[in-house]
Amino acid sequence: MPRTSRLNTAAATAAALAAISLLATACTGSTENAAGDDPTKDVTINFWHGWSAPSEVKAIEDNIKRFEAAHPNIKVKVTGNMTDDKINQSLRAGGDKAPDVVSSFTTDSVGKFCNSGAFADLNPFMEKSKVDKAKVFPQSLLNYTSFKGNQCTLPLLNDAYGLVYNKDAFKAAGITAAPKTWSEFVEVAQKLTKSKGDSYEQVGIMPTFHGYETTPMRLAAQWSPAYFTPDGKSGLAKDPAFAKMLTAQKDLVEKLGGYEKLEKFRASFGDEWGAEHPFHKGQVAMQMDGEWRSSMAREAGVTFEIGTAPLPVPDDQAADYGKGYVSGTIMGIAAGSKKQNAAWELVKYMTTDTEAVVAFANGIHNVPSTIEALASPKLEVDENFKTFIDIAKHPKSNTTPPQADGGTYQLTFTDLAYQHEKGAVSDLPGALATTDTQIDTDIAKAK
Amino acid sequence: MTTHTLRTKRRRAALRTAAFMSPWLIGFAVFFAYPLLSTVYFSFTKYDGFRPPVFNGLDNWTYVFTQYPLFWPAMRNTLWLVVVMVACRVVFGLGIGMLITKVKTGTGIFRTLFYLPYLAPPVAATLAFVFLLNPGTGPVNTLLDGAGLPQPGWFTDADWAKPALTMLAVWGVGDLMVIFMAALLDVPKEQYEAAELDGAGAWQRFRHITLPNISPIILFAVVTGVIQAMQYYTQPLVAGKVAAGVIGGSGQQFEPGYPDKSTLTLPQIVYNVGFQRFDYGTACVLALVLFALCMAFTALLMRRRGGLIGGGH
Repeated sequence: MPRTSRLNTAAATAAALAAISLLATACTGSTENAAGDDPTKDVTINFWHGWSAPSEVKAIEDNIKRFEAAHPNIKVKVTGNMTDDKINQSLRAGGDKAPDVVSSFTTDSVGKFCNSGAFADLNPFMEKSKVDKAKVFPQSLLNYTSFKGNQCTLPLLNDAYGLVYNKDAFKAAGITAAPKTWSEFVEVAQKLTKSKGDSYEQVGIMPTFHGYETTPMRLAAQWSPAYFTPDGKSGLAKDPAFAKMLTAQKDLVEKLGGYEKLEKFRASFGDEWGAEHPFHKGQVAMQMDGEWRSSMAREAGVTFEIGTAPLPVPDDQAADYGKGYVSGTIMGIAAGSKKQNAAWELVKYMTTDTEAVVAFANGIHNVPSTIEALASPKLEVDENFKTFIDIAKHPKSNTTPPQADGGTYQLTFTDLAYQHEKGAVSDLPGALATTDTQIDTDIAKAK
Repeated sequence: MTTHTLRTKRRRAALRTAAFMSPWLIGFAVFFAYPLLSTVYFSFTKYDGFRPPVFNGLDNWTYVFTQYPLFWPAMRNTLWLVVVMVACRVVFGLGIGMLITKVKTGTGIFRTLFYLPYLAPPVAATLAFVFLLNPGTGPVNTLLDGAGLPQPGWFTDADWAKPALTMLAVWGVGDLMVIFMAALLDVPKEQYEAAELDGAGAWQRFRHITLPNISPIILFAVVTGVIQAMQYYTQPLVAGKVAAGVIGGSGQQFEPGYPDKSTLTLPQIVYNVGFQRFDYGTACVLALVLFALCMAFTALLMRRRGGLIGGGH
């Protein structure tokens, strides 16, 4: 074999194995639980979070300063702007540099974190500290922070999803109030849609499932769906809520101009988290979004008046108007941490101390996650923000349940929704049943 | 010399050889043999990285080939990129290399201009291409519209997403251009002169002189290109995410491959399954499939090198 060929073979082999090496050499995690530390002794704990905007970072640093003032023996080393992927790797790798306390925006991962033992169960810590979680947190938040009784995370602020709308555009179109039912919503969305050539000057709402926060799960919440049957099987085909939601959304897509035209317009949208957001620029008149949007729009300098309202409900569920999808940030203690008792002091402070929760909620414009904080007079609430607080408190507000495969089941459902909205699904009941089978297979594999 | 002395000498020589080879042997064992064997082992286990691995036989293998919905789309896309993207890169790299070797003045400027895109970080280059190829506002479609031509959806259209990725790969072909230029300048000029005297045309000179002389370099470009295409991860992921409007934020999950799984590649699902779904067993199966494909392509190219080299040797 010529020398060049041998070199090529070696290069090919080495390069192909690089990916395998990465995977295999990384498999050295530990699940040892060592909560034997004394939280009254001098200790430094690592805390990782995902916030990156200057105002958010400042808010969390202020919170940590208050904690350190109250617990002089515990120093907190804060690392921000951490992605879930980095957090996952560090939890598995462990060691002194790994985080003791972690917060994540992805509530969908809770089932995976609890099931795999990545995070410590907080129930024993709460019992020791006499924290009655049922009295501290709304039940809907406890549902998405635990998995099969293992409360491996706690809520750290809440997100509620509703409708943010351009009041000026409403006035111009002669609309006097936010739509409450789906049929009103379709009518309003059509009235607010203005064509321009083969595109748009403005759409009433971007209804496609790539329209930023307009995900199938958030929209489905308005139909109060049951993702799983009582025996734990995927229930997309059994609960008519899913077929109704998908049909209603596709109908809206058609009425606003069709999938291809809308997607082409959507591709021109700016960054969801920047000033160029299509709602800020007047490209969309209504946006399905979280409680942060109206303040972000104001910070971006929009000149129009902003209104907020709950998302519309199906016509046959008009009595439940006010409900919505709730989610939030979660906080947990790494199972591999050797400083779990000290870490618990930080988690307890940040998630259950009313003053801390309210100050942090005010700082980053999120909905508070404890019952007391929600009622606190110190909470800075304007008219637009109150809408989301009310959605969070609404008894019919719901979320996506934790599962052993994390949020994989949601991605599988989302994939079906993508196919359906573009007209690639001819047999919706059959497609829902097939999706159920796939979800059951994936969950069984993850258990 | 006695037998004993001879044996001692041989043993010393063997030890000396082993000592000299030891850095490579250690590297081979730590970074090659151990990871490979571990990957094979973990592929037969249920392992999430936190709890100890549990042997589960062929479960992961069966899942990948019969139940995992992203495997076959990723496989098809990866093979498409291996065939089309590699071919385009080699043809364009060679073409530009040939053009520049013919340029009489300002060669340095042209070399720099064509090499510069290769230096662009993959994420930045991809973001630039998503902007240029934006179906609604991108300058490329504006030009096509002006010329009265149809405007593809590029990264938002499942039929055009991979050609758009190929255009991006061809734009950064500067590395191949430099290698081909060096090879082309090494072709003996006498051979061209002799061929011209014999009345050979441009195509005949290319076919019978240039190609045979640079065929080892073409083989090198194809083999390394295949490996690159097999490991294609960053560009399709970034293009898919940006075109889908998922840049990050409030905890949204993102399944790579937008639109319609057309930008999904095997390395993406290795990462997705292993590091995001915590299913290391299945990820190891996928990594082994990737490895086997890489080896198969390389072996095939090596066996066919006679045709590529042109002389049959």
